[in-house]
Amino acid sequence: MSLLTKTMSLAAAAAMAVTLLSSASFAEDGTGQQLYPLFTYRTGPYAPSFIPFGAGNIDYLRYINEVEGGVDGVKILVQECETAYTIERGIECYERYKNGYNGALTASIYPHSSGLDVALTDKARIDKIPIVSPGGGQNIATDGRVFPYQYPLVFDYWSEAQIIVDYIAQQAGGYDKLKGLKIATLYHDSGYGRDTIEPLGILSKKYGFEDIQIPVPHPGEQQQTQWQQIRRANADWVFLRGWGVMTPVAIKTAARVGFPANRIIGDIWSGSEDDARPAGAAANGYLAVSVFPPGTNYGILKTLKADILDKGKSDLKDNSKFGTVYYNYGVIEAITFVEALRTGHKKFGNRPLTAAEGQWALENLDIDQKRIAELGAEGLISPLKTSIDNHKGETIAAKIIQWNGQSWDTRTDWIKADASLFADVIKAKAAAYAKEKGIEPRVATN
Amino acid sequence: MTTLQESAPTKPLRRPALGVGTIAIVAGLVAAFAVPALADDYWLSSIIIPTVIMGLAGIGLNLLMGYTGLVSIGSAAFMSIGAFSTYNLLLRAPFLPLPVVLILAGLIAAAAGVIFGLPSLRIKGFYLGASTLGAQFFFEWLFTNFSWFSNDSQSLTISAPRLQILDYDLQSATGRYYLVIATTVLLIALAFAIVKSRVGREWMAIRDMDVAASVIGIRVARRKLLSFGISSFFLGIAGALWAFGYLGTSDAHAFNLDKSFQILFIVIIGGVATIFGNFLGAAFIVLTPILLDRLSLVIDLSFLGDQGALANLQHIIFGTIIIVLLIKEPDGLSSLGRRGVEALRSRTRSSG
Repeated sequence: MSLLTKTMSLAAAAAMAVTLLSSASFAEDGTGQQLYPLFTYRTGPYAPSFIPFGAGNIDYLRYINEVEGGVDGVKILVQECETAYTIERGIECYERYKNGYNGALTASIYPHSSGLDVALTDKARIDKIPIVSPGGGQNIATDGRVFPYQYPLVFDYWSEAQIIVDYIAQQAGGYDKLKGLKIATLYHDSGYGRDTIEPLGILSKKYGFEDIQIPVPHPGEQQQTQWQQIRRANADWVFLRGWGVMTPVAIKTAARVGFPANRIIGDIWSGSEDDARPAGAAANGYLAVSVFPPGTNYGILKTLKADILDKGKSDLKDNSKFGTVYYNYGVIEAITFVEALRTGHKKFGNRPLTAAEGQWALENLDIDQKRIAELGAEGLISPLKTSIDNHKGETIAAKIIQWNGQSWDTRTDWIKADASLFADVIKAKAAAYAKEKGIEPRVATN
Repeated sequence: MTTLQESAPTKPLRRPALGVGTIAIVAGLVAAFAVPALADDYWLSSIIIPTVIMGLAGIGLNLLMGYTGLVSIGSAAFMSIGAFSTYNLLLRAPFLPLPVVLILAGLIAAAAGVIFGLPSLRIKGFYLGASTLGAQFFFEWLFTNFSWFSNDSQSLTISAPRLQILDYDLQSATGRYYLVIATTVLLIALAFAIVKSRVGREWMAIRDMDVAASVIGIRVARRKLLSFGISSFFLGIAGALWAFGYLGTSDAHAFNLDKSFQILFIVIIGGVATIFGNFLGAAFIVLTPILLDRLSLVIDLSFLGDQGALANLQHIIFGTIIIVLLIKEPDGLSSLGRRGVEALRSRTRSSG
C-alpha cells in the first residue's frame, strides 16, 4: 500500500509538473504592457556582480513605471528568470519569454551573459527576436546586415584596446611618443581575454610600440611568473584584462614585484569596486577603463535616490552599492531598453512593441547629447546611434577612472575610439561568418 | 549463457513481457513522433530536447557504471569530443552527410574512451573515478587552448554548421527534435541489444565479481575497454546533439565537471543498470530547477524572502529532494515506477 501511495504521489508530482510548465501564471494580466524579461543570476559564482547590476535595472524601470507612468504611458512588466549564469537555464528563460508573457509583448531580450548571447544567435535569427548585450556582445555582430537580431551595444574590446592606446599616447605626449614604448597585455586565457590580441597587433604596427601578450590561466590565483616576466621585459604599461579573482591578485602581485599601480590599466571587467578593494593598499592609483562610470553625482542617479532609494522601493539590500560600477551599468542598460521603446513608439504609436518593431527601434536608436541631457545622464552615457550597418553604435567611448583607496575618481572625459580603423576587419569577419552559415546579408535601406 | 543470466546474483535482467512490450514500444514510437504536433517551441526546445539528450548521456554512463561496474566522472569530456568532432567533420568534410558524421564523431569519442579507460585495467572504484577526472580536465584544456578545434574562432565557440539531412533543414525546434529523437531511438535499441547480448552479460559478470568472471573465461581487460568505448560512443553522440540539437552554439566549458556530475546523478537517481530509468533521472535533473523557478510565478512566495533568497532557496530544495529520494528509493526512480506498475497490476488482478 505504501508503495502504491509512493507511486501515486510520484504520478501526482509529475502531473503537477506538467501543469506548472504549461500554465502561464495566475498572477497579473500583462495585456497592454511591455515585457522586460530580466535574466538574473542571483545564485552561482557571479551573483555578487549581478545583485547591484540587477538592482540598477529594476530601480530604473520602477522609476519609469511609478513616477513617469510608464514609457509614453506603456507600463513595463518585469519578469525575472534565474539563469544561474548557465547557458542551459538561459535558453529555458529565452524560450519561456520569447513570445511574451500573459499578454505582455516581448520587444527584445537582454541575455546578460556573453556566452548566452552567442548561444542564442541561431535561435534568435530563426525566431526573429532581437538580442541585446550592452558592453558584452559579439563584436562581429556590429555588422547588422549579417546579424539582424544581435545588438552588441555600447562597447567592444577592440575599441577598448584603441582607447587604452589613446590614453597612453595622451600621457606620453602624443602618438609619435608611442614608438619604443612597451605595452604588456596580461589577459585571462579565454575567448574573452584573447579578443584583444589581434587589435593590439594592428595598433602596435601602426604606432610602433612593442606589444607583449601574456596569458593567465583561469582563475588566475597565481601570477608570480607573469609579473616577473613583465618586470624583466621592462614594460611601461600593463593592460590588465582580468576576470573575477584574477584582477585583485594581479594588482597585489604587481605591488610585490614593484610594478607601479598607476601604470596598470584594467579592462571594463577589471574596473569595479570589487576588483580594486580586495587588493587593499596595493590598488591605490590603479587605473581602469570605464564605460559604466561609477558615482552618484548624475541627474538620473539623484532622481533615483530621491524617488526610489529613499522611499524604500529599491531592489538593493545594501544601499552602499548605490552608484557603484555595476549599479550604474544596470541603470545604463535599462536606459537603452527604455529609449529603444520610445524610438519605436514614435514610429508605431504608444503601445507595447512586438519583436519586429523592437528590432526596428534598436536599429534606429539615436540617443544624442540633447537626449542625454534630458535623461539626466550627462557624463553617465555617451551618444549612441545605431543603423543597419552598425549595431553597436557609431561612436564608442570610455573614460579612464582611478582608484583612490575608497572609490573611483574619474580621470578623463570620454575618449572616443576611431571606428574607421577596424571597420573593414570586422566587416570581413562578418562576411566570412555569413559564408560559413549560408546567410545572405541584408541590404541597408534606411 | 542462460545459466549465467539466471545466476546473476544482484540485479537480474529485466525483459519486457513480450506482447505488451511490443505494443508499448510501437505506442511509444508513435507518441515520440507525434510530439511536435502537440508541443510548442517552449516544450520542445527547453524541456523535451534537453531531457532526451541528457537521458541518452545517462545511458552512455550507465552502460559503463551500471552494467560493467566502472565508475567515471569524466563523462562530459567524451560529450565534448563528440561535439567538437561533429563540428570539425561538418566543417572540413562537407560532403559527409549528417548521420555519418554523428557516427564518426561517436567513434572518435569511443577511441578516446578506450584510451582513458586503460587505467581501469589496474585500478578500481573510487580511484578509477579519480583517474577519469584526467579526461575531464584534459579535454577542456585541449579545446580551450588549441583554437584549431573551433576553426580559430576568437571566442573558442563552435556553432552548428547547417544542420540538414537530404536538404531537409533541421534548424527549427521541430527539426532538431526529430534529429534528437530519431538518434535516441536508434541508440536505445542499440543499448538494449548490447545489454542483452553476450557482451552485456559478460559486463554484468565483471561487475558482480571480476575475478570469478575471468575464471569462467571472460576476457576482462578487453570487455572493460569495450565498455569504455561503447559508453563513450553514446556520450559522444549525446554531446554532439547537446551542442547542436539543443544549445546551438557551445564551447568546451559547456561540458565541464558540473555536467559530468549531472550525468552521474542522472544514473543514480534514474536507476543503476537500467535504460529507460536514465530518462526519468534526466527529467528530474533537468526539470526540477525549472519547476522550482516557475513555482514562484504561480504561487506568491514573497513571504519567504526576496528574489535573491528565493533563488538560493531553490538550490536547497533541490538538494533536499535528492537526499529524500535517495533515502526512500536507493534503486532510483525506475525501480519505484516498475514496482508501482506491478502493484497496480496485482491489485487489479485481485479485485477482478
